[in-house]
Amino acid sequence: MDKATATPPQLGFFGMCRWAWRQLTTMRVALILLLILALAAIPGSLLPQRIQDPGRVTRFLEENGVWGQFLDRIQMFDVYSSIWFSSIYLLLMISLVGCVVPRSAQHWKAMRSAPPKAPRRLGRMPGYVEFTSATEARTVLDTAQARLRKLGYRTARHDDHVAAERGYLRETGNLVFHISLLVATLTMAIGSLFGYQGQRILIEGDTFTNSLVAYDSFEPGAYFDPDSLPDFRLTLDEFTSSFDATAPGSQFGQPRVFEAQVTTTVDGQSESHTLKVNEPVRVGETGVYLTGNGYAPEVTVRDATGKVVHSGPTVFVPGGDAGYTSEGVIKVPDAAGTQMGFVGVFLPTATQNDQGELVSSFAELRNPYLVMSGYTGDLGLDSGVPQSVYSLEAENMTQMTDATGEPLTLQMGVGQTQELPNGGSVTFDGVKRYIAVDISQDPTQGLMLVSAICVLLGLGLSLFVPRRRMWVRVTDGRVEVAALARGEDPMVERAARDLAADLRTGDSDAEGDSCAEGDSDAPGDSKTSTTGSRIASGRD
Amino acid sequence: MDVNTDLAMWSNQLIVSAMIVYAIAMIAYAFDLFGGRELKQSEVATAESKPLRVRRTTRTATAVLDAPEGGTGDSAATGGSTAEGGSAANRGSGANGGSGHSDGEAERPRRAARVGTSLLVLAALLHVGAVLTRALSVTRVPWGNMMEYILTATAITVVVFLIVITRKDVRYLGTFVAGGVLLSLGLSITVFYTPAAQLIPALQSYWIAIHVPIAILSTALLYISAILAVLQILKARYEDRAPAWLRFTKRLPASTDIERVSYTIAAVGFITWTFTLIAGAIWAEVAWSRYWGWDSKEIWTFVVWVVYAAYLHARATRGWSPTKVAVLNLIGIASVIFNFTVVNVYFNGLHSYSGL
Repeated sequence: MDKATATPPQLGFFGMCRWAWRQLTTMRVALILLLILALAAIPGSLLPQRIQDPGRVTRFLEENGVWGQFLDRIQMFDVYSSIWFSSIYLLLMISLVGCVVPRSAQHWKAMRSAPPKAPRRLGRMPGYVEFTSATEARTVLDTAQARLRKLGYRTARHDDHVAAERGYLRETGNLVFHISLLVATLTMAIGSLFGYQGQRILIEGDTFTNSLVAYDSFEPGAYFDPDSLPDFRLTLDEFTSSFDATAPGSQFGQPRVFEAQVTTTVDGQSESHTLKVNEPVRVGETGVYLTGNGYAPEVTVRDATGKVVHSGPTVFVPGGDAGYTSEGVIKVPDAAGTQMGFVGVFLPTATQNDQGELVSSFAELRNPYLVMSGYTGDLGLDSGVPQSVYSLEAENMTQMTDATGEPLTLQMGVGQTQELPNGGSVTFDGVKRYIAVDISQDPTQGLMLVSAICVLLGLGLSLFVPRRRMWVRVTDGRVEVAALARGEDPMVERAARDLAADLRTGDSDAEGDSCAEGDSDAPGDSKTSTTGSRIASGRD
Repeated sequence: MDVNTDLAMWSNQLIVSAMIVYAIAMIAYAFDLFGGRELKQSEVATAESKPLRVRRTTRTATAVLDAPEGGTGDSAATGGSTAEGGSAANRGSGANGGSGHSDGEAERPRRAARVGTSLLVLAALLHVGAVLTRALSVTRVPWGNMMEYILTATAITVVVFLIVITRKDVRYLGTFVAGGVLLSLGLSITVFYTPAAQLIPALQSYWIAIHVPIAILSTALLYISAILAVLQILKARYEDRAPAWLRFTKRLPASTDIERVSYTIAAVGFITWTFTLIAGAIWAEVAWSRYWGWDSKEIWTFVVWVVYAAYLHARATRGWSPTKVAVLNLIGIASVIFNFTVVNVYFNGLHSYSGL
């Protein structure tokens, strides 16, 4: 131990910090962090995530025992809010700040200073052309400077040469890109603090009043103020859907139209809207989004005395098949004698398959059929433990049986009634549609959009504006044109050639411009002493 | 909004016809790249490397590798390889002597490549015809499910390639473009086959005309960039050790040149991918009430984005050899393909539009 602590030279605490900071802000570490970030994001796509589907996480935990517990402990079901994922991107952000701030300062300085003087040996530059010219040095340099200015270069005149630089926008774009990324990440974090998201199911005819109690589920951000919920009401007047009845193969039965007619009421003003999957209804900053739909069979239950103890539509949840086979539970707590519960399957288009089972072959209501089994006993509603409306706690209940003692199965088409063994009856009255809506608010979306656009613009500039320095030097009638790329610039050689060609057009015998053919230093080219040109390679 | 089944059938026929022509084009290109006589380096060194090559100081590459090859080359090709060795040495050393233009072979037309390109144009016409008839049969954009996505993406790949070769001779890619397109089309009409039909409600938005085509374009660009990355790695290996099985890479430009083209295309692809991601987020807000929710498709789009971001950074980082950087490019395309196939078909998520 002692040895280990003794080995590093006396960096001291601050030295260590400085060292860590330097490491963190290097490109190499940023790169490693990026790769780790990509890897770290993957488990979230392989394992169920609480932010998407808490139900699936619970099921996964039940099925996987210790292994599941372990995964849960290392936050594998909350990857994107986990400590390890957050620390990776926070480190990356810090690294980014550490890189962007000094570079911004540098760039600010560079933008306000003159292009740097020419190095002594221009022949080493990637783009280099030299030729002799009889024209006076000053004129050549004047022409060069004017020409470069016209091309968008910033220029500076020195004794024997012109220095020029272009492409400051490249670095500007680079900085804009990275800063916008930072802003976007912060915006994302802040947006989740101040916004909210809620879900609600509405059966045709239902009205939703925007208040906390009206939501089926509600996830506010940490700093969301419930009093700021905007005051409005929303009524589902009608929901229509249609499914493909003509397409062959896998496309048969696919949905084609989901359309909800809704009425919003804001400050006593009512307005009709059509709510579709990609067309949310917006009330101020709040959006109402159509996220699901299904069937709600209307069932009337009578007890032994003939009294109606339950009546109305119940939400049945589609299981995900193309036929909209849906499951639901009807709870009847107020029956005389004992409480009743029904677990059922709703089939919009009931048909018998090859095995003789009842299935739904189409999602529209062509042959709606309700199949249920009944239970009697204690529904457990008074136990104080919250219950899902979609499941029946049958532990303290007994299944209804028919005369032969077999479990009773109720099968009904619309309008049909079946007697119950306890003297009551169940009637399938009809079917209503329901929709599931997301209602949400994110006050930072505008800012997010702006930063996203800046990300894109900055990226475009940073990757495609060539940054280049050029110098034109005249010494004793010898003109040197040199170009140096800073970053990716396939045109750097051509820039030197083009400028050289421009400068020589003043000379009468310039037509045999061999510059374009770099490898042919054709001897026949030098008709006059003014045009002996060659391109040097960057190598010596 | 019915479906014109006649047109849809025509589209399927056109796909098959295009595939046949692609197959022949691929063979022609393969002949150009792998078969026939040994080509001269000077032939391959076309417009892009005509001016004496100037090496960037940051990426100094090998120069005189072909010299031993000329000596040890098998007798059948000796004449060719020595000439080639000479010209390559010239190029490398930056001498000013004529580099190979005196060779009679230099003007030899690459007949196989020309045949390949002509066939590719024909196949592209049939292919575009298939896309158009498919679109007309359902009177909507032709990218509503995986089959249509592949159909359109491959068409765009070929068109991008044909545009690129008018500006830069990258015909050496032809084998892999035609081959990749052929394979993808084959998959599209078998495992991914989806009959022509209208869109599901979740896709009925004008964003499908913005988000998806740019995603398709990105895929096409990144694919071409990845092929170049593979060739770059092979060429670099040949420049380094000259193993016999890589002799075909003599017909390719220097690995640094391939690398530059690969990078430029990937950079464009990265921008379009960024756009895809942003447009997707905006669409997600309209459809699902939030712009980002770590849906499995969103996760993988993000992973792809980060991998290519890493690729761009690696290229500017000292200590990363061009080959290592190219490997990142390949990891990138692997995640693009994973994102399209496995995520679409097997992962739970909101993006389940495979049509399967």
